[in-house]
Amino acid sequence: MKLPDPSSLSRAAAAIAWNRRDFLRNAVGLGASGALLGFSPLRAAALPLKHKAVVVTFGGGARDEETFAPEGQENIPNLLRTLFPQSTLYTQVVNHGILGHYVATASLATGVYETFDNFAAVAPRDPTVFEYFRKDLHRPADDTWVVAPSNGFNRIGESDNRRYGEGMGAGVILPKNLLKAAMPTRGLGNYDHLLRDNYEDPFYTPALAGNEVELQQLDNILKLSVDDFTQHALTLSSPDELSVYIARQLMRRLAPSLLWITLHDIDIAHSGTYSLYVDGIRRSDRLCAEIWKTIQAEPEYAGRTTMFILPDFGRDSDMDAGGNGFQHHRTGDALSRTTWMMVLGPGVRPGVVIDRPVDSLDLVPTLGSLLRFSTPLAQGKPLTEVL
Amino acid sequence: MQPAQLSAQSFASYPPQARALAIRNLSLIQQLPLVFAALLLREMGAYDSRFPAERRTIDDQFLFLQSLSPATRDQLLHGFSTLSLPPDLASLDWISRPQPFIDGLTAHLWATHQHDAFRAAAEQYGEAWHQAKPEPAPSMPRLGIVVLGKDVRAADWPLFRKLRPHGVYFPQVDPAGGWQAIRDAVAARAAKNAGAFEHWYIDGDMTEPIAGADLASVGYGDLKPVRAAILRRMQTVIGSGKGGPEALRTLMAETTPADLGLPAGDKDDVLSRFKISVLAEGSGTQIFSTTFVQWTAREALRRAQPCTLLLRYAPRQRQLPMNELLSGVTDHNQPDPEGSLIDADMGAFYTWINQQRLTGAGQSAFLVWSEEHNQAVAIGPTLPKATAAANSITMKQLLAQVT
Repeated sequence: MKLPDPSSLSRAAAAIAWNRRDFLRNAVGLGASGALLGFSPLRAAALPLKHKAVVVTFGGGARDEETFAPEGQENIPNLLRTLFPQSTLYTQVVNHGILGHYVATASLATGVYETFDNFAAVAPRDPTVFEYFRKDLHRPADDTWVVAPSNGFNRIGESDNRRYGEGMGAGVILPKNLLKAAMPTRGLGNYDHLLRDNYEDPFYTPALAGNEVELQQLDNILKLSVDDFTQHALTLSSPDELSVYIARQLMRRLAPSLLWITLHDIDIAHSGTYSLYVDGIRRSDRLCAEIWKTIQAEPEYAGRTTMFILPDFGRDSDMDAGGNGFQHHRTGDALSRTTWMMVLGPGVRPGVVIDRPVDSLDLVPTLGSLLRFSTPLAQGKPLTEVL
Repeated sequence: MQPAQLSAQSFASYPPQARALAIRNLSLIQQLPLVFAALLLREMGAYDSRFPAERRTIDDQFLFLQSLSPATRDQLLHGFSTLSLPPDLASLDWISRPQPFIDGLTAHLWATHQHDAFRAAAEQYGEAWHQAKPEPAPSMPRLGIVVLGKDVRAADWPLFRKLRPHGVYFPQVDPAGGWQAIRDAVAARAAKNAGAFEHWYIDGDMTEPIAGADLASVGYGDLKPVRAAILRRMQTVIGSGKGGPEALRTLMAETTPADLGLPAGDKDDVLSRFKISVLAEGSGTQIFSTTFVQWTAREALRRAQPCTLLLRYAPRQRQLPMNELLSGVTDHNQPDPEGSLIDADMGAFYTWINQQRLTGAGQSAFLVWSEEHNQAVAIGPTLPKATAAANSITMKQLLAQVT
C-alpha cells in the first residue's frame, strides 16, 4: 500500500517558486541574483527611527497563471514592470493555516496560525502586530490603522490577549461601513450586496461589533465631510478603490507609522466568473502601484517607508479534482497554500528574488525587526534579506 | 454515537433503498472509523435519489470494503481512525442528519491542522478502491460539446487559448445550421444508446426542445422561480442573525423538491434534487448564468458520468461597478457579452478537464464553438494536437470529424 508522501507539499511549493523565478527572469530581464550573494543583512539597524511600514494584503489570492506566468503577465503590468524592479520578491511564501480570508489575515497580523471560525466576528487570540508595535514603542492609538473592505475584519485590530488586547491595538476603518452610514437614504436595495463582503458565501455578513470607526469619525479622523466622502465614492468603481482612497486620507491626515490595507476585490472569483476575477487582479495591480506612488509623494512617508505586498494565500489548481480551479481555495493543495511577497523601500535590494521557502507567519517578526519592536508570542522568523 | 453502537433501527429515517443497503452492510459499518462511516452514510442516505453512476459507486465501495480482511481494512482506514475529534462532534446525529456533522468536521480539521492528514487518508483509500474496483468504461465514447451562444462576444479576446494545444483550431466555421446540426447529433447519440442520465443538455438561458431525445435538461432560465425560492430561503437564515455558512449549507441540504415546487417522483426526483444541489451548493450559480452552466456541467460529469454533454452559454448579467450601484441609475439585468465570453471560454476548458477525469478519456471527444466568432476547437483521439485548419468548415463536417 502506498503511503502519502509528507514532503509532496514542500516539493510542489518549491516548484511553484522556481516557476515564478523563471517567469520573472523572462518577463523583466533581470538577473534574479542569488539571495545571499554579497548581501549585507540587518540594514534595519541603520534605518531612521521614524521608519514606517505599509502592508498590503490581497484577500483572495491570485494564481501564477493569471499573474506571473507568461499568459498572466498582461494582468499585472504595474507589479511586474514598476514595482518588481524596485523590490525584493519572495517567491515561496507558504501558508500552513486555515485558508479563509479573515482567519488567514488575522494569522498574518499575529504571527500565529489562528484557529477561530473564519466567519465569526471574533478577535484574534494572539496579540497582533499593532499591539506589539504600540506597547513596545509606546505609540499612540492613531499611529497604526487597518483599512479593510470586509466588514468581517472589524475585530482584527486587537486581540483577546490579556497582556495586550483592548485599547492597545489599531484602529480599524471599514470603508463600506462608512459608506452605509454616509448614504443611508439611497436605499440598500440598490447596493446591499456591495456592502456584503463575503463572496464565498455572499449571503452572509457577520454582525458588526468592536473597534470600527463610527460615522462621526469621518470628520474627526479623516477630515472628510459626508458630502465629500459621498461624492468621491460615486466616482469609484469598487470597494478596493474606496479602501485606497481612505488609506490615502489616513496617510495625509495622521501619517500612521504602521498601516495595514487589505484588498478584497479579487475574491469575486468565488462567484465563478473568471472575467471578474481577472478584473480584480488588474485592479489590485493598479492600486498597489497607486499606494506606492502615494508613499513616494507624501513627505511623511517618502524615503522612510517599507511596503510589503502579499496575497493571504493562493487559489486552487485547475488540475485538482477536489476543487473548481480559480473559483475557490478549498483543496489545501500547494497552489492554494503557496504565494509570494514583494518588499519595497529603503535598504531593500531591488530586483532580488528569494527562492527559499518562508512562512506566512514571518511577516510579524520582520515588521518587528524593521520598526524595532519585539514580537514575543509570534511564531515566525524575521526575513533577514529585507532587514 | 460510535459506529459500533449502530443498529438496524438507526436507519429508520432513511428512504427504502438506502435503509435496505445500510442494514445489509450493518456489521461492516459498525467496524468503520467514525469519520469514514459518517462520510459514507452521507452518500448512502440519499441513495434513492442518486444517479445510477453514483449508486454503482456506493455499491462498489461496500463490495470493496467487504472484500477486505478486517486487518487490511483497518490498515487502509488508519488515517481516518487517527484523526482527533472533539466529543461534541461525535455526539451529533451523524446518521440521520450527516450535514451538520460534516460541516463541523470540516471546520475542525482546518482549525486543528488535520486537513492535510485527512486529504492523505482520503487519497490513499480512493487509490486502493479504484485499483480494486475500476470504474467501467462508458457505454459509448464520451462527447462533450460547448456552444458559446448568441450575443456572447468580445472584440479582442483570444478564444480557446487553453484548449488549442490539445486539438485542432478551426478559425472559419460556417455558422449556418450549426446549432441545429449539434442538436441533431446529440439526439442521434441519445437514440442510439438510450439510458437514464447518459445524455445531458445544459443551457444558460431557456432550454430548447431537442426532438426525439431522452435528455436530462437543465436551463438557467427555466429555473428562475426555483432560484428565487432558494434565495428567499437563504435570506431567512441571514435575517435570523443566527448561524453562518454551515447553517446555510445544512438548510440547503435538507431542502426537498417539494419545498421549491420542483417535480418529484422517481426519475424527476433525482433530477430535481440535482438542480437544488447546483443552486444551493454552487457559489455564484444563483446569480450568474455562466457560473451556473460551468458548475452544472462539472457536477453532471462528476456525479452522473454521462456519455454526451451539450452546454450552451448565454450572456450573464453584468456586475455593476460601485459608482453605478450607488447612483442607482442602472439595473442588474443588463447583459455582459464580453465578460460572458471570457467566463464561457474558461468554463469550456474546465468542462474538458472534467470530462478527461472520467473513464475512457483516451477515446473521448470534445468540441467548443463560438457562434458569434465562428471559431471552434475540436479534440479527439484521431485529431492532431496544436494545429489549425486552413479552410472553412460546416458544423456537420466538424461533428463528423469529432465523432
